Amino acid sequence: MADAVAQRTDTPPPAAVQLARTTRTAIRVDCILDLIGNTPLVRLGTIDRDCPAVEIWAKCEFANPGGSVKDRAAKRIITDALARGDLDNGVRLVDSTSGNTGIAYSLVGAALGLPISLVMPSNVSNPRKQVTAGFGTEIIFSDPMEGSDGAIVIARELAEANPDKYYYPNQYANDSNWRAHYDGTGPEILAQTNGRVTHFVTGIGTSGTIMGTARFLHDHDPSIQCIGVQPDDAMHGLEGLKHIPSSLVPPIYDESVLDDTIWMSTEVGWDMAERIASDEGLFVGHSAGGNVAAALHVARGLVEQGKRGVVVTVLCDRGDRYFAPLTWEKHYVW
Amino acid sequence: MATVRIPTPLRKYTQGAEEVQINAGTVRELIENLETAHPGIRERICDDKGAVRRFVNVFVGEEDIRFLDNLDTAVKDSDEVSIVPAIAGGTTTTS
Repeated sequence: MADAVAQRTDTPPPAAVQLARTTRTAIRVDCILDLIGNTPLVRLGTIDRDCPAVEIWAKCEFANPGGSVKDRAAKRIITDALARGDLDNGVRLVDSTSGNTGIAYSLVGAALGLPISLVMPSNVSNPRKQVTAGFGTEIIFSDPMEGSDGAIVIARELAEANPDKYYYPNQYANDSNWRAHYDGTGPEILAQTNGRVTHFVTGIGTSGTIMGTARFLHDHDPSIQCIGVQPDDAMHGLEGLKHIPSSLVPPIYDESVLDDTIWMSTEVGWDMAERIASDEGLFVGHSAGGNVAAALHVARGLVEQGKRGVVVTVLCDRGDRYFAPLTWEKHYVW
Repeated sequence: MATVRIPTPLRKYTQGAEEVQINAGTVRELIENLETAHPGIRERICDDKGAVRRFVNVFVGEEDIRFLDNLDTAVKDSDEVSIVPAIAGGTTTTS
């Protein structure tokens, strides 16, 4: 006991040593958009503990200023559209979104002084509706029974009927979407792993993240395995992900870019989202849970084969984006 | 009979119908009778213990059954029952 007290007074406690070692210099930028991308990569050291010789790392996309991976695509889509003159003369950007893209468009639009209109199914969570409205974005609701594809149809019709008023970038068909990841996420992962990445695993929504990142990683080293994650059924709860066999296939999606696809159950993804919070201290959304569950599946496969590996996946957003009113507060106004 | 609104990913079980008419006194009966009329649909709505899956919301009128009596929630002939996935992304068929 006396020794322990003496130790505390003589040397800093281990946590303080660790903090001093990892404190980083905070960067300063002229515009919020400069904070999009260059997200941290964090080791999921508890989750990969039972996979000796395999490391699981996660891109903290929730650290983007809009809180999700979608900031990257929105910034690139809008800056490319501006460069082409598509948003001249007060033309409003209109697109469909299940949430995060809407927040990202709204953030970029507000920062650049551009008007934004969004079509979203009316069953998206209230906080999302209010965040986008807070940026000054116009929200147009679509039928929740028609899902995200119903929102796509309305956005498309608006732009076709009013070409002088609306520009429809269509994130599902826009090459700027995947190029944001080819030029950003991919090179960042390569640099942050010191070129050691062996597997990249992430979910497919518009497919922009996997298409751009996989193309970059394959261009660098074709042996890097790039694996898509899809919900295992059309009726699923992995928000943001698409079950391609039963969906409108995003035109930017090219299955041949992928080395494999993992079919993820909603329950497994949701359980992993909870585990990432309790075991790693990262409170992330359900799609991130699905991604990490898929990454762990890949890691276990490597262990079974006696192989080493550095598996990288994506934490798309934070879990607090998915809060729903509980029983006792169901009439609470968000 | 109550009117049941079917979300797009489950319409493959209802031959594409957006709404079906089901006779039932409670939501539990409604799901059982829905399964009888459209085999395979219950497994998409309920887990193997019979509870509504965590990511599926069932509404009687405007009210989520989790805020009512869950599967024992009463259903009247005039009610509209909606089965809605808890998310908005990627749930629609192309056909």
